[in-house]
Amino acid sequence: MSSKYHSPNMDRRSFVKIVTSILGTTMAAIVGLPMIQFFISPALNKATGDDWISLGPLENYPLDIPTPFSFNLTRVNGWERSSQSYGAFVLRQSGTDVIVFSDVCTHLSCRVSWDADQDSFFCPCHAAFFGKYGEVISGPPPRPLDRYETKMEEGQLLIHFQEG
Amino acid sequence: MAQSIFTWLDERLGLTEIYDTILDRKVPKVNWWFTLGSASLFLGLLQGITGMMLSVYYVPTPDHAYDSITYIMTGVQFGWLIRGLHHWGASLLILTAFFHLLRVFFYGAYKYPREFTWFTGVFLMIGALGMGFTGYLLPWNQRSYWATTVGSEIAGTVPVVGDFILRVLRGGTDLSAVTLSRFFAMHIWILPAVIIATVCAHLYLVIRLGISNIPDRDS
Ligand code: HEM
Ligand code: FES
Repeated sequence: MSSKYHSPNMDRRSFVKIVTSILGTTMAAIVGLPMIQFFISPALNKATGDDWISLGPLENYPLDIPTPFSFNLTRVNGWERSSQSYGAFVLRQSGTDVIVFSDVCTHLSCRVSWDADQDSFFCPCHAAFFGKYGEVISGPPPRPLDRYETKMEEGQLLIHFQEG
Repeated sequence: MAQSIFTWLDERLGLTEIYDTILDRKVPKVNWWFTLGSASLFLGLLQGITGMMLSVYYVPTPDHAYDSITYIMTGVQFGWLIRGLHHWGASLLILTAFFHLLRVFFYGAYKYPREFTWFTGVFLMIGALGMGFTGYLLPWNQRSYWATTVGSEIAGTVPVVGDFILRVLRGGTDLSAVTLSRFFAMHIWILPAVIIATVCAHLYLVIRLGISNIPDRDS
């Protein structure tokens, strides 16, 4: 190596090391950063749903007893289109006075069922009871059962299903 | 501070020694053809990384394989990039590995004491071709379906045991869900495991024996 090409500031070794680290970091970033985005991508598309769902004529539901109703919605997740089932409980109090509860437990999202003997909703996951009006009787749930917004249209009971 | 942590670790783990043995080896004066082995290694790592990423969304069943890849290409951010890297990287890896093999051959670098390095290298080349063959079926489109039909049919022409090989490859007489699933298992578990072990042996030998000189007129 002639001294003409010799830098007083840096030897060949350090030069190669620096160039290698810069190139290496650049390449790792070009592949690595998009990879993070690639992995979290589905988390960024929030499911959205906004629909009025008909539960049929109000007269179908007995007075004063929470009665289950389930409906299916088509959801697309990635490459799969599937029918997802949702549950609700209709509590008809008088003529047109009605409450519709979601069956999703407010603790950690198991599904509750109506237990006629106990006169309450029961969640099997952590043994929680909710009263007929959704209020927490015992167990870990932090708040009463959620309620759907309702309306009557041409004699039909409708609930407002929202997600996202 | 950083220096003393490093010294502490180095004393126990022998980091400097590892660095010196792997990266500070003595090498003869070489040329650019000698970079092809490292290039293949780099591309192999890239295939591994992008492959792991693809397997986050890919499903190896006839009713979803194609749709899952369509989802990667259109529904996942940077899906085109990750799949593109894996797709083109596969061909490029075969090229770099093959030219690496040619270089070793024409420089006579496979001779004593490096016969075993050559042997592991040939094994790696076959492994990489196997990865290409099994990976090609995974998109489950017309091209991959018929390519695998033809490929396994070729294996079927071997005298006596041909039909048996064909049925082992396909997992039965027909190209089916069973074929797709076993090609996937070969592609992401079995061949990679074999290849990783062989790469370790290959590199161990390269480091232990050193790189051969470019042959001169007298040799
Ligand atoms: C020697 C290394 C490898 C080679 C030569 C290779 C080759 C291929 C090829 C040719 C395809 C078809 C791609 C297309 O046509 O788009 C493919 C697909 C695939 N590979 Fe690999 N591959 C390698 C390593 C890996 C590894 C290590 C994994 C996972 C751990 C992996 C996972 C996948 C997956 C999930 C697919 C299907 C997705 C797609 O087709 O785009 N690959 N591979
Ligand atoms: S999920 Fe219902 S009690 Fe825990």
